[in-house]
Amino acid sequence: MKFLSKFYIAIIFALLYLPIAVLIIFSFNESGSLSEFSGFSVAWYKELFADEEAFTSLMNSLILAVSSAAIATIIGTFGALGLHRMRSRYIKGAVNSVTNIPMMNPDIVTGVSMMLLFVAVATLIKSQSFFGFGTMLVAHVTFSIPYVMLSVMPRFKQLDKSLSEAAQDLGCTPAKAFFKVELPEIIPGIISGLMLGFTMSLDDFVISHFVSSPDFQTLPLYVYNQTAHNVKFSMYALSSLIVAVILVILIAVNFAGGKKRREVAKK
Amino acid sequence: MKKIISTFLFVTLICMLCVPLTSCESKKESKTENSEVTTLYVYNWGEYISDGSEGTLDVNTMFEEWYFETYGQKIKVNYSTYSSNESMYAKISSGSVNYDVIVPSDYMIERMIKEDLIAPLDYDNIPNAQNILPEFQNAEYDPDKNADGYNDYSVPYLYGMIGIIYNTTMVDEADTGSWDLMWNEKYAGNILQFNNSRDAFGSAQYSMGDVNLVNSDSEEDWRRALEKLKEQKPILQGYVMDEIYNKMENGSAAIAAYYAGDFMAMYENNNDLEFFYPEEGTNLYVDAMCIPKSSQNKLIAERYINYMLSEEPAVANAEYTYYASPNRVVRDNEEYIEYMNEIKEGGYDLMYDTDAIPTSSYRNLSGEKLLLINTLWEELKSDITVSAGIYVLCGVIIGTLVCLGIFFAVRKKKRNIY
Amino acid sequence: MRNKSFFQKAAAVPHIVWVIMFIAAPMLFVLYFALTDAQGQFSLSNIAELSKYGNVFVLSIAFALIATTICLAIGYPLAYFMSRQSERAQKILMVLVMLPMWCNLLIRTYALMALLDNGGLLNSLLVRIGLDKVSVVGTNFGVILGMVYDFLPYMVLPIFTSMTKLDKRYIEASHDLGCNNWQTMTKVIMPLTVSGVISGITMVFVPSISTFYISQKLGAGKIDLVGDTIERLFQNTSTYGVGAAMSLIMMILILLSIGIMNRFSDDSDEGRMAKRGGLK
Repeated sequence: MKFLSKFYIAIIFALLYLPIAVLIIFSFNESGSLSEFSGFSVAWYKELFADEEAFTSLMNSLILAVSSAAIATIIGTFGALGLHRMRSRYIKGAVNSVTNIPMMNPDIVTGVSMMLLFVAVATLIKSQSFFGFGTMLVAHVTFSIPYVMLSVMPRFKQLDKSLSEAAQDLGCTPAKAFFKVELPEIIPGIISGLMLGFTMSLDDFVISHFVSSPDFQTLPLYVYNQTAHNVKFSMYALSSLIVAVILVILIAVNFAGGKKRREVAKK
Repeated sequence: MKKIISTFLFVTLICMLCVPLTSCESKKESKTENSEVTTLYVYNWGEYISDGSEGTLDVNTMFEEWYFETYGQKIKVNYSTYSSNESMYAKISSGSVNYDVIVPSDYMIERMIKEDLIAPLDYDNIPNAQNILPEFQNAEYDPDKNADGYNDYSVPYLYGMIGIIYNTTMVDEADTGSWDLMWNEKYAGNILQFNNSRDAFGSAQYSMGDVNLVNSDSEEDWRRALEKLKEQKPILQGYVMDEIYNKMENGSAAIAAYYAGDFMAMYENNNDLEFFYPEEGTNLYVDAMCIPKSSQNKLIAERYINYMLSEEPAVANAEYTYYASPNRVVRDNEEYIEYMNEIKEGGYDLMYDTDAIPTSSYRNLSGEKLLLINTLWEELKSDITVSAGIYVLCGVIIGTLVCLGIFFAVRKKKRNIY
Repeated sequence: MRNKSFFQKAAAVPHIVWVIMFIAAPMLFVLYFALTDAQGQFSLSNIAELSKYGNVFVLSIAFALIATTICLAIGYPLAYFMSRQSERAQKILMVLVMLPMWCNLLIRTYALMALLDNGGLLNSLLVRIGLDKVSVVGTNFGVILGMVYDFLPYMVLPIFTSMTKLDKRYIEASHDLGCNNWQTMTKVIMPLTVSGVISGITMVFVPSISTFYISQKLGAGKIDLVGDTIERLFQNTSTYGVGAAMSLIMMILILLSIGIMNRFSDDSDEGRMAKRGGLK
């Protein structure tokens, strides 16, 4: 039984990783053919690094991810604060369920709905070049907010109300009380919200597909356009690099995080 | 610590607000900085100009240098690309951007002339127009001619013809020669069709033997083409566009209709491929350089067009794209002829010895017809049969789900009774 | 009770404004486009137009159902076996499940297509050892395979999480009370991991029914699902209305099925969060 379960795990993971492994191996293939491996070469990586378009899309992706995650975190955190303090259950419930719509909806519907909004605005102000960084930013902030809320809200619920009240009794303004007393308590939630927003934005293709313009291309959009055309093997190199970077980050977060947790536990 | 964090948040907020502002500013700055440098906005198809990659000539940089040497004025070519006539049209017609040179295809030029979006050319600035072969100067899509008999609005850049590419290891030579190859059930699962309505319908219409059907006014003609495409759908591997490259090169498919120039590029990577123009006739399209009405630098744009017609850049573009050139100096260029024949034996003749093949071009269709094509295309794409096996599988799954639901509901009720 | 200050009241305002402008308003636009004709008059013609796409809907739902079932059938035992490994092995396996989730879907789908295409590696190997080629790309099987391959990790992770949360003492207790392995499985483990299963099903079903890249690549543009159709309809201004109607119907369909699903379980957010669980 023990052996059988190990065997089953091995088989499934082998199948899961087979295409990715092939991709990585053939990114080093000299001939640029998928049917046989003719010799080891890093030529495709060189070609990739010389590709300005790939680099620009990477930079665009990073800029977009950082700014959308930051904005979503700020709006979401204050939103969570405000909602937490709100007394009306109905408004709270309504705002919460509307916020969660992008999380429940398929990405394509979210993308299409944002596109329709932007199209309407663009016809109102009679501009066609409306799509681009701005629309992408709005869309990415929008689908990141629910995830920020989800990681910040529980922290607010854990907060001790009397702390803030004590601070105010001791002469803090409510704003000061928030920044000095409550904010440090919820920082871990904010950071995980920020990270979530950042990765969601980096990874998103479907929503960006509907609200982007050719002038502002992110990495997933670049990959999409490449795979819709004559695919060069530098695409394989790019994909392999992405897999490698993600692997490193995952290992770092999971294993380094584990160590820290253990240290805390020891104390 | 708390202070640091709140300052950090504050700073990020400020930064975020600044990002859009600074990006706008830097754009403005670069404009004012280059006040002595004039920017020429060129809008062309993707990968449609020799750009200096892989040891080719960088035509745009060459133009900048040539222009400075000849006229003493600094020019910066701002080159951007589009992937369809329609997306280019949307940009130009919105009037939000001012391009100086665009390269639409024939039917789109016809439309843009009608809608008064492009300007007539001043041929005094384009003396090299004499290099264009006469048959390309009496274009149907640009009916008005100037005193020299040149097209009023457009100068042909490159042209191409659709033919059928096939893999000689998979296809019997005897079956080739006609559009019927695309409908041959022997090759079911190995045939690729265009994934755009006009070309897909075109292949069906040409296969019926009348090259003028592609511009037909009768709805019935289009419906007949649809029936033909529906008949073809089950034996297709798929509807694809540029994925054809990979699929034909690695032998994933055996037969595909595509452009002659692209065939040359594929042949370079797979010598098993062959190409023919179907005997019933086929599509010939021309991409020509035009100047939008909104251009701010018409004179420079005309000189740019003129430069593109001179020998060195014209040959470089033809060699880079593999598309056929309407330019006399390219066709007569010994090095170019050799280059084409080196890629494929008889490559030059394949591109240019095409007089015997009946051809027609797509004409601009009325909005009503375009809507019709769109509807018919939707009908073709949504023409899906769901096989009995899928119904059975889903039936089993849903059945199991319902049984489970009932089982749990009953158990819950029982428990509640106790 | 002190009065709520302006600051605390105002804190939620940007959020509420944003949510109204960019979540609620776009939904209303979908509704508007779906229920009006080209002149902006109320009409059900777009909805009526959808009858042409009956088979597209049937096929999409069928594919999503089949893919979800296969994912569950493969994923449940996988998650179970994983949860029985040593803690260290569990951690490594967890990273291995999450890596494909974090890799862009486009890359994985393309890699699968490159492997399985008629001229791909698999088929050239088959030909070399003297077997016939297997056509996968451009067939129903190919599209379902793509869905299973892409979304299997989304099934495994939530189930695995709920398995690890499961108190080991329950299992011991059930053994002590005379249950055999099978009874322990069906009477203890399965009921206690229902919430993981439900979120796994949601996370596979929703992207499967709305995908367009998988069907584009593995269906070679020939097998059009709801996602492909919506994507195509939105490339042409004249068909925005029909596209919006289709999105609307799909949205209602999915929200309904999520609603039904959640009657079986009470935590629906957990699954979606688990997707990004690596950062928690």
